[in-house]
Amino acid sequence: MSDTHAESIRFVRETTLPQAEPPVAERGVYKWGRENLFATPGNALLTLVALYVIYVVLSAILPWLLNGVWNASSLSECREILAGETGGCFAVLVDRWQQLLFGFKYPSDEYWRPALAFVLFFVAAAPVLFFDLPRKMLAFTAVFPFLAYWLIWGGPVLVPVVALVGVVVGYLAYARLVTQSFAGGFFGGIAAAAVTWIIGGYIVDWVSGPSSLLRAVPSRDLGGYMLNFMLGVTCVSLSVPFGIALALGRQSSMPLIKWVSVVFIEFIRGVPLITLLFVASVMLAYFFPPDSNVDLFLRVVIMITMFSSAYIAEVIRGGLAALPKGQYEAADSLGLDYAQAMRLIILPQALKISIPGIVNIAVGLFKDTTLVSVISMFDLVGMIRGPILASTDWNGVYWELLGFAALLFFVVCYGISQYSQWLERRLATDHR
Amino acid sequence: MTTLTDPPKGAFRPSMLLYDSRYRSLTLQAIAAIVLACCFLYLYSNLAANLRAAGLNISYDFLGNPAGYDINQTLIDYTSQSTNWRAAVVGILNTLLVAFLACITATVFGVLAGVLRLSPNWLVRKLMAFYVEIFRNIPVLIWIIIIFTIMTAVLPSPSAFRGENASSSMLFDAVAMTNRGVYVPGPYFTRGFGAEGNGALNWLLVIAVLVGSLIATRMVTASADAKQAATGVRPKTLWLNLGIWFVPIIVVLFALGLTWDYPALKGFNFQGGLKIGGPLIALWFALSIYTGAFIAENVRAGIQAVSKGQTEAAAALGLRPRRIMGLVVLPQALRVIIPPLISQYLNITKNSSLAIAVGYADITATLGGITLNQTGRAIECVLLLMLFYLIISLLISAFMNVYNNAMKLKER
Repeated sequence: MSDTHAESIRFVRETTLPQAEPPVAERGVYKWGRENLFATPGNALLTLVALYVIYVVLSAILPWLLNGVWNASSLSECREILAGETGGCFAVLVDRWQQLLFGFKYPSDEYWRPALAFVLFFVAAAPVLFFDLPRKMLAFTAVFPFLAYWLIWGGPVLVPVVALVGVVVGYLAYARLVTQSFAGGFFGGIAAAAVTWIIGGYIVDWVSGPSSLLRAVPSRDLGGYMLNFMLGVTCVSLSVPFGIALALGRQSSMPLIKWVSVVFIEFIRGVPLITLLFVASVMLAYFFPPDSNVDLFLRVVIMITMFSSAYIAEVIRGGLAALPKGQYEAADSLGLDYAQAMRLIILPQALKISIPGIVNIAVGLFKDTTLVSVISMFDLVGMIRGPILASTDWNGVYWELLGFAALLFFVVCYGISQYSQWLERRLATDHR
Repeated sequence: MTTLTDPPKGAFRPSMLLYDSRYRSLTLQAIAAIVLACCFLYLYSNLAANLRAAGLNISYDFLGNPAGYDINQTLIDYTSQSTNWRAAVVGILNTLLVAFLACITATVFGVLAGVLRLSPNWLVRKLMAFYVEIFRNIPVLIWIIIIFTIMTAVLPSPSAFRGENASSSMLFDAVAMTNRGVYVPGPYFTRGFGAEGNGALNWLLVIAVLVGSLIATRMVTASADAKQAATGVRPKTLWLNLGIWFVPIIVVLFALGLTWDYPALKGFNFQGGLKIGGPLIALWFALSIYTGAFIAENVRAGIQAVSKGQTEAAAALGLRPRRIMGLVVLPQALRVIIPPLISQYLNITKNSSLAIAVGYADITATLGGITLNQTGRAIECVLLLMLFYLIISLLISAFMNVYNNAMKLKER
């Protein structure tokens, strides 16, 4: 036996080659660029167009932004400092930031009050937004509206205290009666609260002394971004319960309730918010008792709440419709009555489905609060177009002011939509 | 023996109104009706008392009185001596005009941005995401004001076009963009019907010809479909269709003697041509890019809703990419896209009421603005305003329902 096949195989590698780097064109930034930016000729053209657009936008904005003047007392002084170069006159923001945030009539030595209310708002909203936080914080959330009212409007402390006591009494009555029937608890609670408020009203009138801890600020002195924020928060939080009621009404088997809800929802959704604001400013006063004097802020809150509750009702109706019919039937077969079935089975699931939609409505509503500038309330946009641009010092500073307003709205709205996406992932309990 | 299954027919007792499910809903509705009637009566009595105190009454007579104010942009004849009703009609037409224009451009922006957001190109994708986020999260009122400011504060005044070495010049010698509005060439007919050859009849004729061409091309496509179904070979229809579209309209326009009236600087301002006012452009453009961002999201969602298996199945059947897009992907994506698209059109119409912020004479600015302030007829004006928007909304929703029923997935 000769080693014939030892000659047929000349060479056998006994060790593996060390791993080589991929070729330059197939790794790192080259590969990424080729696949994502220059995959085809058309794609490369798109990239070049996009780069050109970015260049044009940045070359217009960056010098304006970086070369801005922050210290000046008027537009003409800004122009002197710039001496013909491109640059923003951001001094207007330094000069007028209080007016942009709080309006031009809010007493300047009381700015800490809305600012404190704003900070406390986050403490109050936290347990609602993030339900990992201790539930006891909800107690502060319940107190917050009254505290914020007192901080922003001032006046006798007894008014918000009586309002709070009324709510507490109403809740206690509800908790007591709800064990027998929900309707009894609901209406009993409302009746108890109303009685407390009426009695409290007499006490407030009787006690009202001249001295109050915080100076009273009338509603018409509110303004600036504060007004947008207050309108947005108040109307969204008020419209969720009304929206739930309307959505349930629209699903009701009782024709009268159903048609009232349908007509209300379709009517509100069919007209622009601005017409409803006209109603608030010129028409609503006719429907109040002749001697009453309901201020514009409250009238606007009423109309915006009606507006957003109609939209929220449609979102919740979508959530109710998305639930499988088996859920309703299961609740029936357990012998739950309507209120129990809704509270324990249907609404928790339907509301969970509706949350992204409700957040969308909230963002849209917050943006729409700028419309109050049309009925001459001095919100952020109203401040810019009214007192600030009309002043002799800053007549002509458009981009800095409008850009600032856009930035404030962008931060809040983008933040809310990011929160909504996080919440959606968080609430996704189905296993995929 | 089991005979009794019906519940015992006892006498009616009042407590059954609350505890018997047969009567309870009637009781509740009766209570609701009474409460509702009380509310309305209360509001009505307040209204009557307030009106009496103010010495007012509800009357629509003011609609027939002269309006007494001028409107800078009108589609129909209007002078300050025209009635308030005519001013309202001018406003309605202006609302419809800006809504119509904005719907078209918003769709173009939205579809472009939505498709580009799914592009394989990273840079374009990010740029479009940036566009969508920026425009969705800033109020439309701020956008309208920003663009209006560009129109009035950045564009040159007509005097900048004057002289030998003017600082501004017209685009293609035809379009002048000034801070008083944009001037574009206006079409007119030299041999047309009507007064001076420029009656509305001419435009109706043009529209009729275009509709006729549309119907004719539809018929050509249908006959091509039938032939393909019968023989398997699709006849070429491209040239025929192009001919049907272009030949009749060119002949008609030539017969009517279409000419263009170019704007020219005369005195202190441009004369001739069509003037598109700054407010109209600001509103039109702002509504388009703002709503375009929302439409882009709808389009993206619609395209992503068509599962990849559909494309692959169509490719496995041997369809070419264009046919896959036209026959498989688009019909399914459109079913998802169109309903939110129509509600965006509705939003455009409602948001066009923000015209009042830039002084465009839409229905909110004429009827709800100047007429209301001059006559003091707040209730009547606001009610008429709401009625108009309500009618538009209901028409669009009715159309949407018809469309949804037609496009609904036909299941077994």
